[in-house]
Amino acid sequence: MPKKPRTPSTTQFSDQILIATKPRKLHLLLVRRIIVLFFSYFKDLVGREVTVELKNDLAIRGTLHSVDQYLNIKLENTRVVDQDKYPHMLSVRNCFIRGSVVRYVQLPPDGVDIELLHDATRREARGG
Amino acid sequence: MPYLGPEDIYLSTSLASYLDRKLLVLLRDSRKLMGTLRSFDQFANAVLEGACERVIVGDLYCDIPLGLYVIRGENVVLIGELDLEREELPPHMTRVSVAEIRRAQKAEREATDLKGTMRKRMEFLDLD
Repeated sequence: MPKKPRTPSTTQFSDQILIATKPRKLHLLLVRRIIVLFFSYFKDLVGREVTVELKNDLAIRGTLHSVDQYLNIKLENTRVVDQDKYPHMLSVRNCFIRGSVVRYVQLPPDGVDIELLHDATRREARGG
Repeated sequence: MPYLGPEDIYLSTSLASYLDRKLLVLLRDSRKLMGTLRSFDQFANAVLEGACERVIVGDLYCDIPLGLYVIRGENVVLIGELDLEREELPPHMTRVSVAEIRRAQKAEREATDLKGTMRKRMEFLDLD
């Protein structure tokens, strides 16, 4: 029995719903492109001071050294935000953080060009 | 934002700079392992030689030797490079034997369980 053809969402919906109702294959490609968008965005931030908050509530401040396609992060000159709670981290100065455990990456306020990011995201969502 | 070619997407933050160094590995179950990194792969799976687990309970700590360990990458939270010139732990912490740290762990676990049941009882009574 032939599968019912799925229709792409129309342009009258917002970008959010556009992403949610796209056919699955296209959606995965879009997610891939958004990840690449963030990867290139983080590559621009290399050398800036960021605070990475992990899913286990550990927050680490440091200089962004490198990032990869999995959004794994390497920080240099690290110091833990609440040092007394994490005594084992005292002598750690450089670290590698697995992308899957990151909850937030707190950025310097002047590190974000909001308009540029908005345009890039809109372009990706539209498929341009 | 710089345009990424197809080959740029496959760059990876390498753990190669950490090879043969003494590292602290934080795991998702909040265990802290220390050892020398001998091998790794793209999933952050790691081989640690001379691994030991550093158990910290309050101001007490103990290093339990484990030997050669292969760690599955999905359990890794953070891999930190230990700075040999700095103290690994705050000076007020005391090193104790394995038996004593196990007792301290048990006591801490029982205290949190008791706190949990007390809280549940209070919530049941719905006291303000």
